Amino acid sequence: MEWFLQQLINGLALGSIYALIALGYTMVYGVLRFINFAHSDVLMLGAFSAYYVAPAIEKVLPLPSVLGALVIILISTLICAGIGMLIEFLAYRPLRNRPKLTVLITAIGVSLFIEFTCQHKSVFGADTKPFPQLLPATDFHVLGLIISSNDLLVVFITAILLTALWFIVQRTKMGTAMRAVSFNQQAAALMGVNINKIISFTFGLGSALAAIAGILYALKAPGIEPLMGVQPGLRAFVAAVLGGIGNLPGAALGGLLLGLLETFAGGISGLSNYRDGIAFAILILILLFKPAGLLGKATIEKV
Amino acid sequence: MRDLLFHGACSAIILTLTACGGGNSGSTILVGEFASLTGKEATFGISSHEGTQLAIEELNAAGGVLGKKFELKTEDDQSKAGEPANVVNKLISKDGVVAILGEVASSRSLEAAPIAQQNKIPMISPASTNPKVTETGDYIFRVCFIDPFQGTVMANFATKTLKAKKVAVFTDVKSDYSKGLAKFFKEGFTKAGGTIAGELDFNGGDKDFKAQLTAIKSAAPDAVFVPGYYTDVALICIQAKQLGLNVPLFGGDGWESETLLNIGKDAVEGHYFSTHYAADAASPKVTAFVAAYKKRYNGKVPDAMAALGYDSAMFLADGIKRAGSTDGDKIREALAATTDFDAVTGKMRINEHRDAVKSAVILQVKGGAFKYLETVSP
Amino acid sequence: MKSADGAKRWLLVGIALAVVASYFTPQFNRYYLGIAIDCGINIILAVSLNLINGHTGQFSLGHAGFMAVGGYTAAKFSLVFEAMVPDSLKPLLFVAALTLGGLIAALAGLGVGVPSLRLKGDYLAIVTLGFGEIIRVVVQNMESVGAASGLKNIPKWTTLGWTFALAAITIYAVASLVNSTYGRGFIAVSDDEVAASSMGINPVRYKVTAFVTGAFFAGIAGGLYAHHKQFLSPTGFDFLKSIDIVVMVILGGMGRTAGVVIAAIILTLLPEFLRQFADYRMIIYSLLIIGLMMARPQGLFTLSFKKKGAASV
Repeated sequence: MEWFLQQLINGLALGSIYALIALGYTMVYGVLRFINFAHSDVLMLGAFSAYYVAPAIEKVLPLPSVLGALVIILISTLICAGIGMLIEFLAYRPLRNRPKLTVLITAIGVSLFIEFTCQHKSVFGADTKPFPQLLPATDFHVLGLIISSNDLLVVFITAILLTALWFIVQRTKMGTAMRAVSFNQQAAALMGVNINKIISFTFGLGSALAAIAGILYALKAPGIEPLMGVQPGLRAFVAAVLGGIGNLPGAALGGLLLGLLETFAGGISGLSNYRDGIAFAILILILLFKPAGLLGKATIEKV
Repeated sequence: MRDLLFHGACSAIILTLTACGGGNSGSTILVGEFASLTGKEATFGISSHEGTQLAIEELNAAGGVLGKKFELKTEDDQSKAGEPANVVNKLISKDGVVAILGEVASSRSLEAAPIAQQNKIPMISPASTNPKVTETGDYIFRVCFIDPFQGTVMANFATKTLKAKKVAVFTDVKSDYSKGLAKFFKEGFTKAGGTIAGELDFNGGDKDFKAQLTAIKSAAPDAVFVPGYYTDVALICIQAKQLGLNVPLFGGDGWESETLLNIGKDAVEGHYFSTHYAADAASPKVTAFVAAYKKRYNGKVPDAMAALGYDSAMFLADGIKRAGSTDGDKIREALAATTDFDAVTGKMRINEHRDAVKSAVILQVKGGAFKYLETVSP
Repeated sequence: MKSADGAKRWLLVGIALAVVASYFTPQFNRYYLGIAIDCGINIILAVSLNLINGHTGQFSLGHAGFMAVGGYTAAKFSLVFEAMVPDSLKPLLFVAALTLGGLIAALAGLGVGVPSLRLKGDYLAIVTLGFGEIIRVVVQNMESVGAASGLKNIPKWTTLGWTFALAAITIYAVASLVNSTYGRGFIAVSDDEVAASSMGINPVRYKVTAFVTGAFFAGIAGGLYAHHKQFLSPTGFDFLKSIDIVVMVILGGMGRTAGVVIAAIILTLLPEFLRQFADYRMIIYSLLIIGLMMARPQGLFTLSFKKKGAASV
């Protein structure tokens, strides 16, 4: 029982990170209908921004501290939001009305470009760098279970950001415009929505989420390198599809489910070596019965 | 028009195909190196490459061998399967190198080895510890010890020094290095009367190990054997500590790097690993190497891969010098006849399987540094 | 049927070229020879994926998985029977190994094709990606094929002749399949599934046929690859390999066989030409992909066996 509860905690903590990354994928998909492969690299850039910003902040504010961490997260988030908007402006905007597959390959190109550039010795270099401890960390021992403050933080932040995102999309003017663009780009433009602005904003927001996810991921596993985003990125992509891509609560649900499944599979001797495959096997099973994901709406094609 | 284009293309292909490669010009000895300079395992490839490069520069500063200077031709294999074959083919057939240095990962050395063998070009792997690598043929050498030796060393260490009865093994299922080491450790440890309390796996590059560590903890082992690379091991140590898994963790030479200490900090404290040399119980040779490396690469401290990369180049230079020629067969004979070569990673000789026979040392992480514990001779 | 003639001519030229080329093989520089064989293998992979992604309008991200199935099957088969067969029968054994690899891969294609009936677009992409990864993970745990340390000592039987003859056959098979009366159905399914099914075309059958045929040839390519590199390891078949093939198809122009063939050749040669840029190589490579997509989004080449307007994506 204790083993089960501990794995549940581990799984929720891992799943929350997947969920947070999946939110970014799903948001861009909701508006633009394409998978932004470079999302996982923005996550990595988020962690590296914090890595390079931290020493500068440490001169003004003490680290590890809550205030210092907040400032660092805020600055890194802004940097990544800017990078995300820049990627959209330079690489995706010129292809706006082209077939989606063209944009997809461009996204793969952008992703490879960021990865190889960052691996170059004159940028970050390929070696793993120690990520600084931004926040005071403790482990809570409750009834024989161990909960680290970092894991609690991840779950907490994911919940807050999901709520905030839902609020932005459903309750603000910007969100209404986002939904309009998602529903029908031409019609939205005719209604006076500035499409470029909305798409830029969506990318900014998505990249900000990726940056936060990257920093939280780095706090959990404090070794960062230019390819750190690839693996969680792929998992989060799976999670987003699992929940029904384009659907915010679906992404969160998919992330949590995937995190739990991986954790329980990983904890069983003889099954842990199949851990990478198990997530996919279950995804396929679920999609066979719910072809549009858990919370996605099946669209009926009209003649 | 299309036909014309097509025939043009065909003749162009035939022409390029038959084009001949460049040979060795008289004044330099061209040495080929292939390493994972980009991609997933770039960290290790860059380390070994830097070691190799340093060795070549030192050799040239000392005037080279046979009155000729070395020229190092390095190719990147992107840590990708399929690439080593192309790259080594290029180095041999197009560039005309006299010998090949590389790779760290056994799977990539295994891909390149048949090509070196077929072309009768000696190949020296710096750090591929899988026994299969040199089985490919008599032109394939290595300067590191092999998995069976290291696995047995750690099995003895677990029974004798750690006095462990139950040990859990946590393997990187993606890495043949890790799987090989785990296999030979398990054999050695059960032979010595120990029991394996649990066998769990991770994938190299994972960042979350809590699922497996929780399972290991509930098996209550006396110690955990983690044959992995330092990038993963540091995170495993941190998460093991968070989960209250307070038993010694120990592993192989993949642990050796300053990065283990920088990332793991107090979480790696007290753990053990076997490796090629101890920086603190150092011979003047090691001290000189560490100082030169730091000077050359802006204060970067060499890891085991860097030291082995350095040794592979020095070993080749020694072979060429003793052969008195850059002919592949003569170099091969000289290398195979090595009985006493003084490498940074310890004195070694080459056995009949063309593997390096040398002693291993066991280190402990203590006070944020690697401390020498014991030397195990083969 | 001008287009079918075109395909036949390609087949004849291809096979003739392959035979002539293999006659000169011993004189070739091994590096260039290796790259030329890589080109041929990639042509087979790209053309077969083009049947699924281009002609039939599905989106598969698991082609490397089929290649792995075919490669490992063929390699294991050769390794088991190599010693029992006299030298004179080795080519026959090679054909048997390749065919078996292709068939087992086709079986895997059937396994992926069936779920694809219910899925579309990104959902299909992720399922095929998942299948590819599952295959890799399974292989990684199979001790009988070397698991993580790989399968070695595979006999070197792949020659330039074999590769290009098989590439020509693949191009011919795919082109005649698509250009046959039956095959117009692939394009119909790709253009508009609903309209196609109301015209009495069964999209299910076409999709499964595309997956099975595509997987079969990917399996053959895997077999050639195994007997070319003489060593297989699971890491070579991860989803990045699938993406490489997808890029070839899209760059060549979805559904355009000639374009896809040329794109496969270019994308195999490009990284080799970029070697001189050393550590800037892959940065330039990724920039070129982005640049090409901006400049030629319809694919590099508009050459096609098909009549104009037959298929567009």
